[in-house]
Amino acid sequence: MKIIEIKDLSFTYLGQSRPSLKNVNLEIGPGEFILVSGPSGGGKSTLCRCINGLIPHFYEGKLSGEVIVDGLSTKDTPTYILSQHVGMVFQNPQNQLFSLSVENDIAFALENLALPREEISSRVSEALKLMNLRELADRSPLELSGGQQQKVALASILALRPKVIMLDEPTSFLDPASAQQLINTVDEIRKNLGLTILMVEHRVDMIAPRATRMIVVHEGGVIYDGSPREFYERYDSHLYGVSTPKLARLSYELGRRIEGWPGVFLDIDGFERAVREFASHRIR
Amino acid sequence: MPVIEFDRVSYTYPSGVKALKDVSFTVEKGEIVVLMGENGSGKTTILKHLNGLLKPTSGRLYVDGLDTSKSTVAQLSAKVGLVFQNAENMFFESTVWDEVAFALRNFGFGEDVVRRRVDWALKFFDLNGYASQSPFTLSGGEKKRLAFAIVLAWSPAIIALDEPTIGQDSLQKEKMLHMVKLLNTQGHTILLASHDVEFVAELRPRIILVSSGKITADGPCEEILSDLEILRKCSIVPPQLVLVMDRLRDLGLSRKILDVPEAVKAISEVIGHKHI
Repeated sequence: MKIIEIKDLSFTYLGQSRPSLKNVNLEIGPGEFILVSGPSGGGKSTLCRCINGLIPHFYEGKLSGEVIVDGLSTKDTPTYILSQHVGMVFQNPQNQLFSLSVENDIAFALENLALPREEISSRVSEALKLMNLRELADRSPLELSGGQQQKVALASILALRPKVIMLDEPTSFLDPASAQQLINTVDEIRKNLGLTILMVEHRVDMIAPRATRMIVVHEGGVIYDGSPREFYERYDSHLYGVSTPKLARLSYELGRRIEGWPGVFLDIDGFERAVREFASHRIR
Repeated sequence: MPVIEFDRVSYTYPSGVKALKDVSFTVEKGEIVVLMGENGSGKTTILKHLNGLLKPTSGRLYVDGLDTSKSTVAQLSAKVGLVFQNAENMFFESTVWDEVAFALRNFGFGEDVVRRRVDWALKFFDLNGYASQSPFTLSGGEKKRLAFAIVLAWSPAIIALDEPTIGQDSLQKEKMLHMVKLLNTQGHTILLASHDVEFVAELRPRIILVSSGKITADGPCEEILSDLEILRKCSIVPPQLVLVMDRLRDLGLSRKILDVPEAVKAISEVIGHKHI
């Protein structure tokens, strides 16, 4: 069973001559944590917009191929229905929050769906609990820190109970400590709720150790689809505008010099073990 | 003589929030200084003081000899170019080209000079293809570069950048790095706020750590970024290489290694198979 199926997808924005996506094919299973990478303008955001139906329902242009999310064709399904299957968190949380209290912000989309009052309040409290936001429920979202605001944005998406959540550079405006915290939280809710996550993110060093799969979008096409580790082993990431964690470069370079070195590492624990093992051999 | 001198500057926002508390530091002409600290620590408030957008509630600030409390934003802007974190806030013209030309015309440059400088700045930042588009149609990263191009075009002695790498991919970041270094070799003094530790580690600047409106440390890059204790206090995640080296310090590796070639050499020495 696939949660997202993309077949021969191409899209050209109205008024543009070049397609932003060309012949993309992807199959994504439930529970995957996908790092979407590639240079600015390469097509990452366009791909996300096709998955949540903003293309073709909001952005105009020429669309061909098909996108099926949770069994629904995005072309034929109105966005208010799609939003209950796939949610989106944007770069700047301030563009996504507007209510007088955190609680109201989370309830807003549910009220729009005209859900019964009890259903709304139980979903809001569930989302507050999941994101550890109970103490902030009555605060104005605008007086929270960027990291907290992004958690509120995520909570308001979770309240819709989607199966897929996409996050488009969600940590850009956060300091590194808050960024790491947000990424950890996303991974935890993915595991607990069995969600599928697609995250566009330049902070590869933080997300690569957790991502189950990496997709690199470059000039409108998917040029890599596989494990993050293999990407850094096989490709000059630099050429594709993908940021390279220092540890990946360090371990790659060691592989070129040291016979038997196990390859690229994205997590410090694994790297540490490998260095220690080599160092002990040397002593013997 | 320092080109920037903060002398016991405190600043309280009208809301009552004390954003800066007794901040003192000086910057010499030609230095690159990076302010680091978590969101809300006071970095942006410091930058906004440079061109007089904010004036000290108490204390004094001198920029290139001018007391900012007694100078106008226009006077100070001729000396300091400030690029905001949210670049969009500074745009208002209908085309990218006019956006860059606006400040130059305001400073009274002739049309020839304006044309030459605008074309040069747009080309430098790969924006010449967008010259006749509205600035608001650009992507986040492109807007940031446009903001940079605007300031670069009038070439102020002091360039202040608030989070220049936000929303930039790795190629653009690298370009940004070269550009900051280039401007610096041309004699510009650079003050920037950033929490992109990997970017800062490659820039190798002097670092000032800001926490709750106060300066908690001030020193060379290698020293500050390898001081795990002080980074933790300021909620800064250390560079990945520093964390790696710290794990392996019992093998004789130093935390002060900030670049990959150095790290490769040091680790190779520890694990190298001499018997091959």
